Amino acid sequence: MLFRPVSQSFYEFDVRRNEDRCIQCRVCERQCSYLVHSYDPKENKMMADNPKCVGCRRCEAMCPTDALKITLNESTFRPNYSWTNFHRMAIIKQAETGGILLTGMGNDKPYKIFWDHLLIDACQVTNPSIDPLREPMELRTYLGSKPDKLEFENKDGKLSLKTQLTPQLRLEYPVMFGAMSYGAINLNVHRAMAMAAKELGILYNTGEGGLHKSLYEYGPWTIVQCASGRFGVHAEYLNAGAAIEIKIGQGAKPGIGGHLPGEKVTPPISETRMIPVGSDALSPAPHHDIYSIEDLRQLIYALKEASDYKKPVSVKIAAVHNSAAIASGIARAGADIIVLDGFRGGTGAAPTIIRDHVGIPAELALAAVDQRLRDEGIRNSVSIVVSGGIRGSADVLKAIALGADAVYIGTATLQAVGCTVCQRCYTGKCPWGIATNDPYLAKRINPEIAAERLVNLVHGWGHEIKEILGALGINAIESLRGNRLRLRAVGLTEKEMEILGVLPAGV
Amino acid sequence: MITIIGNSVAAIGAIEAIRKVNRDVDITVISKEPYVAYGRPVISDFLKGKAGIEKLTSYRRAGFYEKNNVKLVLNEEIKKVDTQKRLLYGSSGSEYSYDKLLIATGGVPFVPPIKGVDLKNVYTFTTLDDAKNLLELSKNIKKAVVIGGGLIGLKAAEGLHAQGVKVSVIELMDRILSLAFDKVSGNIVENRMQDVGIDIFTESNTEEILNDGNGNACGVRLKGGRVIESDIVVVAIGVVPNVAFLKDSGIAINRGILVDDRMETNVKGVFAAGDVAMAKDFFTANQRLLPIWPDAYKQGRVAGYNMVGVERVYEGGLSMNSIELFGVSTISAGNINPTEEGYEILTKADEKRWKYRKIVLKGNVVVGFVFVGEIDRAGIYTGLIKDKTDVSSFKDRLLKSDFGFIDIPYEIRQNHFWKRFLDTKDAPCINEVCPVYGKEENLSDSEVVDED
Amino acid sequence: MKRVYPREDFCMGCRLCEVACVTVHSESKDPVKAYKKEFPREPSRIWHEEEKPDCFSFMCRHCEEPDCLEACISGAITKDPETGIVSIDENICVGCWSCIMACPYGALKKKVRKDNKLVSSKCDLCVGRGINPACVEACPNKALVFK
Repeated sequence: MLFRPVSQSFYEFDVRRNEDRCIQCRVCERQCSYLVHSYDPKENKMMADNPKCVGCRRCEAMCPTDALKITLNESTFRPNYSWTNFHRMAIIKQAETGGILLTGMGNDKPYKIFWDHLLIDACQVTNPSIDPLREPMELRTYLGSKPDKLEFENKDGKLSLKTQLTPQLRLEYPVMFGAMSYGAINLNVHRAMAMAAKELGILYNTGEGGLHKSLYEYGPWTIVQCASGRFGVHAEYLNAGAAIEIKIGQGAKPGIGGHLPGEKVTPPISETRMIPVGSDALSPAPHHDIYSIEDLRQLIYALKEASDYKKPVSVKIAAVHNSAAIASGIARAGADIIVLDGFRGGTGAAPTIIRDHVGIPAELALAAVDQRLRDEGIRNSVSIVVSGGIRGSADVLKAIALGADAVYIGTATLQAVGCTVCQRCYTGKCPWGIATNDPYLAKRINPEIAAERLVNLVHGWGHEIKEILGALGINAIESLRGNRLRLRAVGLTEKEMEILGVLPAGV
Repeated sequence: MITIIGNSVAAIGAIEAIRKVNRDVDITVISKEPYVAYGRPVISDFLKGKAGIEKLTSYRRAGFYEKNNVKLVLNEEIKKVDTQKRLLYGSSGSEYSYDKLLIATGGVPFVPPIKGVDLKNVYTFTTLDDAKNLLELSKNIKKAVVIGGGLIGLKAAEGLHAQGVKVSVIELMDRILSLAFDKVSGNIVENRMQDVGIDIFTESNTEEILNDGNGNACGVRLKGGRVIESDIVVVAIGVVPNVAFLKDSGIAINRGILVDDRMETNVKGVFAAGDVAMAKDFFTANQRLLPIWPDAYKQGRVAGYNMVGVERVYEGGLSMNSIELFGVSTISAGNINPTEEGYEILTKADEKRWKYRKIVLKGNVVVGFVFVGEIDRAGIYTGLIKDKTDVSSFKDRLLKSDFGFIDIPYEIRQNHFWKRFLDTKDAPCINEVCPVYGKEENLSDSEVVDED
Repeated sequence: MKRVYPREDFCMGCRLCEVACVTVHSESKDPVKAYKKEFPREPSRIWHEEEKPDCFSFMCRHCEEPDCLEACISGAITKDPETGIVSIDENICVGCWSCIMACPYGALKKKVRKDNKLVSSKCDLCVGRGINPACVEACPNKALVFK
């Protein structure tokens, strides 16, 4: 193409416009933040600049006359199993720029998805299934450290609990909105998550960018995060939420910290993050005060001290090779909750090479951690939250059967409010108004609508979970936790089944 | 029992106000004309052939008087008012009593004492009958002279021109539309009219209307001797309050009937509204004559409410005019030709394209404007005048041809305009409809979000 | 009475309200035909104003005491005593633009009719359309609320 590098000539998406239906209302032009569409007044025609298209389909969604179709560019290289289009395009782009290729959202490469190789049991004849519409079903979940044993006191025939429980988080659904920082996503999305969490009786996570003042009122439904950059962390912040989470790592980019460029650090973000306007917000790869489990213990207790031992403290790690041993250390360091973030977890921006090649699937890490903690007899001392690629209620159930107490959903959260996973979060131009701080684009998220959609999503999942629990003959989600016998594997190797602790289907 | 003399816009305003709060009180409307209320300014469209008589008399839809339970007396001119006995004497010999009286008799054409004004085909142009007359005549005449280059005069000229009559307009001042418009806008209109073939004579004093010898006018002679031939002469200089019949009634009259903020005259129970009244001016609060349509309605409404015991105060008359002549739309409002010091004037002109904007400010408040050509959303400026909005933060944008609320800074827009927008009496308040969330400010639209 | 309220903070400038307005006031009620076949096209009665990042749409307030109605010399503008809706009878309108002069919201627009006559046009709250005016229904972000 004239004046364009080769990488742009080999573009990904074709904008197809039905001229018979196009009314030149220009809504596509106004909605596309990548400037794909333009109006040619001389021709009275809408034009498209295909190479700019990221395939988010915002224009298609907004077109009042169904005149637009976004299709994959049919044009192709000679097929080659080894030299995939992805590899060839990556080489062309890097040969042009010499830089690291960035991406957004989670790993999209065709690694095995273990959720899809696990099937759930159901009752037949000898053990009755339950009708969730007729009988009570319990989805309520408590997160936090559980005591080894419970002691009771008998006073005048009245039993009361003697054991002092550590603080617990009460969830009406075993689902929480995952950590996405204010800065990575805008205030409207944060507010939507907060409103929805309140309505649902669950929690959302602030991510590492602090908590905007106007959201403090949603504290009881908030988990505040403390990451290596310590952005926006202060006593008031730590006490604002229901729990505190130490972010050690992130599934999409294990071993890497976040980076918010200075141009994005605007007055409200600067105020919330407690850094000067315009300064880069770089989260170091490690916590510079944590080089051992003992150091982690110090931070955990520092946070507990700061919050008067009233809030559970969670530690989030990326799922990596030796997650089980690390988790054991975290449990022993005094954490109340461990979060395992698998390599399909999303990101606002990460080098593609890291996202696609570092980390392990959450399913395997979860099974390994759960088993290790049980083997060590300390499983009760922590709750396990799993995240990274939870796509639906079936994944939630399978995760719980594999040993999780609850899940975080991030990418699913964003999709509920509009995201179409175009993977361009790092551009800051999100046409759906999510991963952008451009006030013009951010207006596209109306927190009321977004919150309603999130509530609907979790309600829907809740109904589905109850249906399956009913089929399983279980009336409380507690009873499924770590119940791997109710799972069977299809298409997995002997070793994979061993790690997951599940039997093959048919046995 | 309420009696209203006159049956135009002020009367309608009063009737509609009264009936909003009181369905029972007897209302009698007495009009010297033979028609139900009609859109008086529309007579020029009638003359142009653009609007038929049905359209004119649709000012209020058929059945208006019946629906509002109003007794309508037509073809009755009140000759005398006795405020002691509360009696009105009609030309038909009938007498009408009242408890409350509204005088809304409007204006009568001002005819200066020029020699020859009493000749047979010298006409005025303020009523439907005048327009009917001229329309009928226009079929048989070739030339007409219109004395007066104000709104009425030009409208008459336009109407006659549309009927194929060669029209000459004679104006005493140095330009047409000298009252309602300023020099530039007057020029634009003048050029436009001359383009279509209407002769305009400014700074011209009509000395005599010429007699053809049979008692018919056959032209005019201007000061300086110039003679303009014509088949008819239309005197359209303006109107003066129609107050002659109030002599000895005890009602205080200056040039028009003096009224207070409630449109009541010095005689208790007697109200006046419309072109006949001298009411409060928006800027000065002094009583003045302001013969314009929207204010006549407002005055009628205030009078109506007060006559049935609902306290209402007149906001003050703000002069405004909208006139379209030969496809050129013009709107003006407020004080547009300030003579004193202390005013700031913003202008933008493209006379060739019949486009002009002028805004008059005093102390960062808009007090007047003239728009020619592009008149879209002119009312926003009218609103700025009425609200006395401080425009200092967006003064540089006032001349934009697409000026709108977006040009007003966010804070002012939110706190002033949107609030007013939302806080109508019967509407839920702003916060219920639109909960206010913390607004992020100052965000740049730069690239790259990174983390999480 | 129920009115349409703009919520500036959530207007994203798509202008689908205008498309909806043009469509429902067209002969065919079909957006493609309304834009491609019907000329002169119905104007949108809703105004959209934009200066990034700010933007909003709004229309006639259907005032309690409408300035446009008071200024209307032909009586084309009426306010329905039952519904409160202020509307224009195009057949009576003479195009004097007094309403444009008077309306402090700038809510009225010139419109060219099929017979080439110029008249004033304004929001009629989609009388008789159903529950919601078209613009409100078309707004993807609830930036217009009918309440």
